[in-house]
Amino acid sequence: MQEITLTQILFVSTALFFIGMYGLFTRRNLITMLMSIELMLNSVNINFVAFNKYLFPEKLDGLFFTLFIITIAAAEAAVAIAIIINLYRSHNSIDVDDATEMKF
Amino acid sequence: MNISAIIFYAISALILSTGILAVTSVKIFRSAIWLLFSLVGIAALYFWMQVEFIAAIQIVVYVGGIVVLIIFSIFLTQNSGKEMPKPAKSKIIFSALASLFGTALTYNLISHYEGFQMSAATPFNNSMNEIGTQMLSTTSHGFILPFELVSLLLLAAMVGCIVIAMRPLDTTAASSETIILKNKEA
Repeated sequence: MQEITLTQILFVSTALFFIGMYGLFTRRNLITMLMSIELMLNSVNINFVAFNKYLFPEKLDGLFFTLFIITIAAAEAAVAIAIIINLYRSHNSIDVDDATEMKF
Repeated sequence: MNISAIIFYAISALILSTGILAVTSVKIFRSAIWLLFSLVGIAALYFWMQVEFIAAIQIVVYVGGIVVLIIFSIFLTQNSGKEMPKPAKSKIIFSALASLFGTALTYNLISHYEGFQMSAATPFNNSMNEIGTQMLSTTSHGFILPFELVSLLLLAAMVGCIVIAMRPLDTTAASSETIILKNKEA
């Protein structure tokens, strides 16, 4: 085993992304689906930081992308949870299978 | 195998194992706690890569903000000790296969790509000083415009959350309940 390179870090973030995808496919509860989306966003953030550190160390663009992604993810989680609580109030359930009013 | 590599593999094992537990656990509260550990592991990975500012932001925003928000919403909407119904066997199998094939394909692509040119010539300067200067600079590599836009987005999200989650006023409450009742009858 030699020095850790960019490739190993990309392996970790790939695995984390597909773990999040598996959760998004199998879960039927809105809160757990939101948690899977957070995992996927985090794997993207790891990629941005790793590419910036190992390939373009003279710039800081990847770090700023990560900062803005974290900010937007926080806003998205807050709005999603407000919607989930509103849905619970009208349907008494946060299961995606129970909210079918707009299904065509 | 030097100590840095061992620490990297330990952090990766923590992130991936707690991530898998977070998406497979049947109790929703435990799932949230496993997510918390996974996010702490990602912050540790940022510390390992020596981007301390991002690691601190990760802990403050994700661990201190989003996970706490998720746990609050679990308490508001769920019976947190109850077990969630398990998904169908066929769905588990096909989702796992899709994820495994996706992972294998991406692994294959990454491990055969030779074009990464490591430039170790210049040191990676990511001090808070540098980040702050570039964030608020108006020159060609400054990030002042996205900074201002994201502040507007946060304000809009805050107002939107209040509007969405607010209990409807008395006059509108009656009408919206009748709408729901009509929907249920239909």
